Amino acid sequence: MSGGSGHFAPLGGRLFTRTFAIASVLFLVAAVVLAQRFAGGLGAVANINDGYPWGMWVVVDVVIGTAFGCAGYVMALLVYILNRGHYDPLVRPALLAGLFGYTLAGVAVIIDLGRWWQFYNLLNPELMHGDSVMLEVGLCVLAYTVILWLEFAPAILERLGLRRAERIFDRGMFLLVALGVLLPTMHQSSLGTLLVVLGHQISPLWQSQLLPVLFLVSAILMGFATVVGEAVLASTGFRRPLERDLLGRVSRVMAYVALVWLVLRVVDLSVRGAFPLAFDGTVQAGMFWVEMTLHVVPLLLLASPAKRNQPPVLFASAALLLAGGIVYRINAYLVGYDPAGGTWAYFPSVPELLVTLGIFGLEVALYLLFVKKLPVLHRPEAHQA
Amino acid sequence: MGVIMRDGQDSGTVPDHYDTRTVGDPDGYDGALGGLKRRDFLKFCTGVAVTLGLGPGFGIRIADAATKAERPPVIWLSGQACTGCTESLLRTQHPTLESLILDHISLEYHETLNAGAGHRAEQHKEHILDKYRGQYLLIVDGSIPTGEAEAYCMVAGRTQRQSVEEAASGAAAIIATGSCASWGGIPSAAPDPTNARPVNAVVKDKPVITTPGCPANPYNLVSTVLHFLTFREFPEVDDKGRPVFAYGRLIHENCERRAHYDAGRFALEFGDEGHRKGYCLYKLGCKGPMTYANCPVIGFGDVAGEGAWPVGTGHPCFGCTEEGVGFFRPLHSLSDVENVEPPSAYPRVQAEEGEGVTPGAAAVVAGVGGAALGAGAVMTSRLARSGKGDGGDDSAGDDNARE
Amino acid sequence: MTVNRRDFLKGAVAGAGAAGVTAAAGPASALQRPTPELPPEAVGLLYDSTLCIGCKACVAACKDANGMAPEIHRDQRPWNQGTWDTPQHLSADTLNIIKVYRHGTMEQKDRAENGYAFIKRQCQHCIDPSCVSVCPVSANTKDPKNGIVGHDPDRCIGCRYCVLSCPFGVPKYAFNDPFGRIQKCELCNHLPAGQLPACVDVCPTGATLFGPTRKLKREAERRLAAAPGERLHVPRGDIEGRVGGERLGHDAEAARYQDHVYGESELGGTQCLMLSGVPFDKLGLPTDVPDYGYPAEAEGIQHTLYEGLVAPAVVLAGLAAVTWRNARGKADGRPGDADDGPDSGDTGGGP
Repeated sequence: MSGGSGHFAPLGGRLFTRTFAIASVLFLVAAVVLAQRFAGGLGAVANINDGYPWGMWVVVDVVIGTAFGCAGYVMALLVYILNRGHYDPLVRPALLAGLFGYTLAGVAVIIDLGRWWQFYNLLNPELMHGDSVMLEVGLCVLAYTVILWLEFAPAILERLGLRRAERIFDRGMFLLVALGVLLPTMHQSSLGTLLVVLGHQISPLWQSQLLPVLFLVSAILMGFATVVGEAVLASTGFRRPLERDLLGRVSRVMAYVALVWLVLRVVDLSVRGAFPLAFDGTVQAGMFWVEMTLHVVPLLLLASPAKRNQPPVLFASAALLLAGGIVYRINAYLVGYDPAGGTWAYFPSVPELLVTLGIFGLEVALYLLFVKKLPVLHRPEAHQA
Repeated sequence: MGVIMRDGQDSGTVPDHYDTRTVGDPDGYDGALGGLKRRDFLKFCTGVAVTLGLGPGFGIRIADAATKAERPPVIWLSGQACTGCTESLLRTQHPTLESLILDHISLEYHETLNAGAGHRAEQHKEHILDKYRGQYLLIVDGSIPTGEAEAYCMVAGRTQRQSVEEAASGAAAIIATGSCASWGGIPSAAPDPTNARPVNAVVKDKPVITTPGCPANPYNLVSTVLHFLTFREFPEVDDKGRPVFAYGRLIHENCERRAHYDAGRFALEFGDEGHRKGYCLYKLGCKGPMTYANCPVIGFGDVAGEGAWPVGTGHPCFGCTEEGVGFFRPLHSLSDVENVEPPSAYPRVQAEEGEGVTPGAAAVVAGVGGAALGAGAVMTSRLARSGKGDGGDDSAGDDNARE
Repeated sequence: MTVNRRDFLKGAVAGAGAAGVTAAAGPASALQRPTPELPPEAVGLLYDSTLCIGCKACVAACKDANGMAPEIHRDQRPWNQGTWDTPQHLSADTLNIIKVYRHGTMEQKDRAENGYAFIKRQCQHCIDPSCVSVCPVSANTKDPKNGIVGHDPDRCIGCRYCVLSCPFGVPKYAFNDPFGRIQKCELCNHLPAGQLPACVDVCPTGATLFGPTRKLKREAERRLAAAPGERLHVPRGDIEGRVGGERLGHDAEAARYQDHVYGESELGGTQCLMLSGVPFDKLGLPTDVPDYGYPAEAEGIQHTLYEGLVAPAVVLAGLAAVTWRNARGKADGRPGDADDGPDSGDTGGGP
């Protein structure tokens, strides 16, 4: 999106740092595990089973990964729809986070699909099943990944010096942005709707007809948290000035969203009468309180306008909210899930975890590559000008 | 008076390969049971002990009892029966009948086997009942007609009921052998014109051991008798008076075709592929699942050995030993499975499955979680420190180009 | 309470729709779509746990009919080196299984206290099947006439959403096969016409009966109406005697039944029905469930938001218009800057 050349610049610098090396090694380890997965089947490396057919790869890599990727979505929403142009410096980094979140989620889906070689059936209009939430999620995620790359294309074109192509993109950008806002709204809520059909298999602490709303709000929340966290990390990591004022304002919005989520969650639980379950001493109840704590504490941290733009508060609250979003998703998908037809256990196996770590490593390595080689980060002097 | 010519002199003919002079025969086992060599005799006694569930060590005690000089007198009365139980007993091999009745017991009266006849036989019976009152063993086969039909079975002017009552009054112990004597058997099945009753319906003041079967397996009868001779008491019995060693388990539990039942392989009709392959006969009406007997373990008539019993020959068990099953249930009707508990290998409704936390996985998760937590904390505190270093002008709102 | 709750949820989702998708999403209509009717020629099974003797003939026959390998669960490996088929669950190699409920001394069959009971698990062929509703590529289908829920591996992409969503835990995936597929009971509709489902064909006691669901329901009600101990004639094979030919039935004593036909109403009803002497939840069946299928809820939400893709199209148009207006007139194509404070301005700002 943001076409303004000159506002953004490649960071430059040495690519092969220690962080880059560790991330690459993690990815290589994952690649070995994946070779095993494709040779011997999912069961050869993962602990997913007939009771827990969805495990780490779906919940963390896809459901949580795309929520991280909502950074691009919330910034587009803020900058282009709500017309808050002053957030513009945060757009490209956010877009990049979204780009990797979604692209790698797509990779994870292919890894996780049991019959991946028939993936194209999802695009066959004759076979598309309109009632399926999964179809909507699949197509939306696919489409949004393409949109993200198109939105990010100007950064690459700028780097390549293709001015004319860049201008064409600029002209059509409004449509891309509109799609880039619509699609995540659809599928991030649908990631919650996915669970509605599971009925009694999901504990009443999480099962609700409000799941789509809760997941959408939570995704927006995680998107903001990613923007803030990434900005703070980038400024310290690359020794760049922190857009403190801007982040302070973003964090204010973030606090409001967190409040909305908490209110919705608590009202929903009370109306359904599910609260007693939170006090029965089970693992589910414990995880519920972890989830609530991770949302309440950052809200308290951000409550004071004076502290809101201080880097430690910014970073801590963003990190806690991200953790809260992660725990909420793991809770809804795995902890709160009680499989039908038997007592099943699931905990990710070591190779399974290594794949997730490897994808994370790939994400870090690519991020470093992109910000150093492409105009992603805001030029400090440009902002001050 | 022995009922059969004593042939004990055969015991002198010891096989050539066995030299009693070098080994000796201190306890007189050699030549016992109608001429068994010592080793085979002890083997047999040990076999009896094991059949009774006593353990091989008891073989010697059984051997001692079997070679004792004094043999207990036995009175055998037959009621409404087909003589099948006697016929079956005649064919017993372990031991042979002659050794049983000549060396172990003194069979004083048996209507089929009596050497004497008529008044002479009856006189002898009276004599024994008198002389050995309280010591003799009473064995009964066949059911007893009662009520108006009591007169349908009379020997020597006395009804069977009177004979049994009289003999039972002085008996040391009573064994009812065969299904007729045990619970009524064929005569008691509809229309039951003689109002046939088992022994324990007539003799109520004394315990009656039953060894049902049609005919009764002689091995079980002989084992019960030898147990009595050895220990002066009967083996453990169930609530129907049946020795537990023989009738403690369902035929179904020890059936040689049980594997087919468990795997769901059934003969569906006689002569079909499953039948030819020896599949389970449940669907053809096998009563094994509701009949208590040891047929699958020791074979049927103690004649042809293992496999020689109805199921072994391809016909479903018809439940001859079981009251209310044999002669009462249609031959090919389904039986109720009387397992007291379901097989333990069956999956539970709530069987547990799946891989839980492994130490390695826990370590990885803890490591990643800890690293994230640590990095977050370090990051926050570093930011906090650098924030202080900046001075207190955070609220100025302008971006600083320092750290 | 229910009305209040539903109203609340309706309102909440409508509000969220307005907030998240913008007001153009339109009012949320009734959240729950109606439950479908039982197909006209619906067929199914009637499993009577009290007649089942646990012989597992159906398990073996099912494996045979579907060409599946024996399974040896790892707990069985110490004593089972391949002689016995001892699966613990439905799986990609076991489409039909007999499980046992055991309690205390297990003295008596079909009794909850100190008793035991058998239960046969296979696909229930729901009237409103979750697996069909959730499948993105129409690999799971419900036959419009006989209602059999089938699976087409050539369509399936292996997302395993059906495995996750089935309230009875039926569809299973072959996790240890690099080219694994989803497997589920399809009522042996791959067998030549006129053949009974294998599990029914071999059942010695008629505990598993095949036939039109409506007739099976009447048969189940007949058994429930009988007094315990009453002699009942129990048919075998097809209740109508058509598929697989006429079969001899047998007489059995009516058991002490739970006064309910399982599958009559659960989750919108199933084409396979069950009778039992012990409470159904002890047999691992979900009992505390609504009388409509979960797809009615999930699809209701989806339809409300996405019916005909009208709402998304309207929203997209709105978003595009707003973006275009915000970006218009900027020399560099970048949006303008409205007021400070994200919560104070309108959405249509811009020069």
